[in-house]
Amino acid sequence: MTRAVVTGIGIASPNGLGPTAYWRATLHGEAAIKPITRFDSANYWAKIAGEVPGFEAGRHLQGRLLPQTDHMTRLTLVGTDWALRGAGVQPNDIPDTDIAVITAATAGGYEFGQRELQKLWHQGPEYVSAYQSFAWFYAVNTGQISIRHGTRGPGAVVVSEQAGGIDSIGHARRQLRKGVQLALTGGMDSSLCPWAWVAHQASGCLSRNNNPRRAYLPFDRDASGYVAGEGGAIMVLETPESAAERPGTRIYGEIVGYASTFDSRMPSREPGLKRAAELALRDAGMDASEIDVVFADAAGIPELDKAEAEAIKGIFGPFGVPVTAPKTMTGRLFAGGGSLDVASAILSIYWSAIPPTVNVENPVPEYEIDLVMNEARHGKVKAALVLGRGKGGFNSAMVVREYR
Amino acid sequence: MSRRAVITGVGVVAPGGIGTKAYWKLLSEGRTATRIITHFDASPYRSRMAGEADFDPVREGLTPQEIRRLDRAAQFAVVAGREAMSDSGIEFDQLDPGRIGVSLGTAVGCTTSLEREFIVGSDRGKYWEVDQSYAVPHLYDYFTPSSMATELAWTVGAEGPVSVVSTGCTSGLDSVGYAAELIMEGSADVVVTGGTEAPLSPITVVCFDVIRASSTRNDDPTTACRPFDKTRDGLVLGEGCAIIVLEELEHARARGAHIYGEVAGFASRCNAYHMTGLHPEGIEMSDAINIALKQARADATDVGYINAHGSGTKQNDLHETAAFKRSLGAHAYKTPVSGFKSMIGHSLGAIGSLEIVGSLLAFEEDLIPPTANLHEPDPECDLDYTPLVAREKKVDTVLTVGSGFGGFQSAMVLKKVEGAGR
Repeated sequence: MTRAVVTGIGIASPNGLGPTAYWRATLHGEAAIKPITRFDSANYWAKIAGEVPGFEAGRHLQGRLLPQTDHMTRLTLVGTDWALRGAGVQPNDIPDTDIAVITAATAGGYEFGQRELQKLWHQGPEYVSAYQSFAWFYAVNTGQISIRHGTRGPGAVVVSEQAGGIDSIGHARRQLRKGVQLALTGGMDSSLCPWAWVAHQASGCLSRNNNPRRAYLPFDRDASGYVAGEGGAIMVLETPESAAERPGTRIYGEIVGYASTFDSRMPSREPGLKRAAELALRDAGMDASEIDVVFADAAGIPELDKAEAEAIKGIFGPFGVPVTAPKTMTGRLFAGGGSLDVASAILSIYWSAIPPTVNVENPVPEYEIDLVMNEARHGKVKAALVLGRGKGGFNSAMVVREYR
Repeated sequence: MSRRAVITGVGVVAPGGIGTKAYWKLLSEGRTATRIITHFDASPYRSRMAGEADFDPVREGLTPQEIRRLDRAAQFAVVAGREAMSDSGIEFDQLDPGRIGVSLGTAVGCTTSLEREFIVGSDRGKYWEVDQSYAVPHLYDYFTPSSMATELAWTVGAEGPVSVVSTGCTSGLDSVGYAAELIMEGSADVVVTGGTEAPLSPITVVCFDVIRASSTRNDDPTTACRPFDKTRDGLVLGEGCAIIVLEELEHARARGAHIYGEVAGFASRCNAYHMTGLHPEGIEMSDAINIALKQARADATDVGYINAHGSGTKQNDLHETAAFKRSLGAHAYKTPVSGFKSMIGHSLGAIGSLEIVGSLLAFEEDLIPPTANLHEPDPECDLDYTPLVAREKKVDTVLTVGSGFGGFQSAMVLKKVEGAGR
């Protein structure tokens, strides 16, 4: 079977730009959930978010791209540039038809869309941007990456709410198996504008606690919902043979297992997260005992935390494996969240350290999970399981392993 | 033994009628269902026409809560999904739910509901800070289109892989291609797939107005979409949905199912050229066709019918005509081509699935639906576009293609399956 290794990681996270800065901050537990600055939150009950600071799109992208892109597309394009640079891929290294682009989306370029909707309804149709037809839609990031890098292989966009970031990488691995050499994959997301914010508030999932240190507390007895954030990760995924064509290419790790399942609407049925994890392990040909850390979905919603703890306990036994949720530092990044978790798992393996879960002080004892709290744990990490769930019933699981 | 993905059930909501029968009647008679928009007052806009579905959710059996909760596009998916389930003859509640998946295509999701709620929350665009007190309970479901896959998954009882595939105007082909991959790799035995779109709201119309992609033949809406005709002046929007039950071949055979055909080959390509423009040489679409044919173990000369993208823009017509010639060579000239958008308009992320279903029905009926409104062929488009009238022809291999904003080019090869019953 064709193998899939990660050779480049582009990260834009509320606590760091680029894999080095992100990893340093994450290992130190640097939380980046803060009062919202991107719009005036005075009229909204939720007032905190994980914003990506210090990102000046104009420093990285040509001016002509700015009027046609939403913030999330700019993050994506810059993240992709970084991932390619990290992987040492030069234009023409690889035939353009052998490169796939597979990204995840949740709501598209929402801020761009709000601006154009406002122009249409307040000023009139003649004020709407000529770029509206594509700048807001879900497929935009894949199309823009393809154009920027001249990739002419397969392209796709998957949407499965917050599980999508994992699904996109799973689908990229499928493309390698179908014969492409390299895939640019993952998700970067952003929907920090008032029109998106009322939708986030309506989801029923945001915490009503506006203390950045007390709002998003997965597995804690005070769990009260989550905090929204922006950012994510784009990765270069390729076959080991492809990586070997560029001597000296660093291989961070390998994607060895993936599966997704869905929750029944019937309460009598067991939620599908455990099954997704088991299927991903089976896909990897691995036993649970070989997993050194679980990057949890960590919804921060009591019944979902309980279900996830039960799934983890069901597979690994009580306190059977270290569990962590570095997203407690950034908030949940929607289409970007799953791929940033996969990137974190890969970095854990590469740097032999498990980043901590922050702010959680009182994990529910009945959950019986070994939550990595407050401080990173250093030591060899050979393999990690990444879990993700999306509102509506989506479950995805991915197994990553050191490359040997 | 490799696994193969076959189609055993179809359901349709389309302009001109609800249900597969009404849809086939329209296509086979070569009638058009495009008209002046009635869903809202389109008089301020440049293009005021669309293929609208006469869809009454109450008559189609949706409950009051479903009607309140679901965007129109999701309503289409549930209704067409129920028809496809029943058509397949599968007792869904007897299957292992973990082996049932869903892959739904949509380009713009719940855009109609979002625009309606935006108008209220912003008081017609007056406030940037949208008023939170006007948020409806299901606003988050409209925010992300994966909510529509959730609804379809609930309808069929799926607990296997579920996702939306959103690649603009190729979504309806790509979602079915994705579903076929799930079956072939062994992740599911049955995947309910297809595409749905209900984009007819002012913001969508304006999107196409501002880039002058849509037709302005507002005085003659029924003949406005004229693919391959030299008088064409752009696309006409549409809405609709097709849901397809895709099943592993042996699974279908074991229950003696009627098999419409096989998804024998599928490929997608990015053109890396322009977010809305197409290169006239059609290289990437041709690449996609070649890979799909290879995967289907079919030669170019096996293709008996080409279901074109046929959006009604000059750029598209030249692009795909070039791609067909590049891939099929001399055989392209001998192969009937037709475009359904001339009859039902361009329903963005749904149309690819509607075209698949129409192509499967062509297998069933040995009849190729025509390209409507094609009276004066463009001399630069010199293939056989099956003008105006359906043509009797026994076909066992169909090529269907799609092209979308973002540079997506997709091709699918559908093959008749021998010993397929009925």
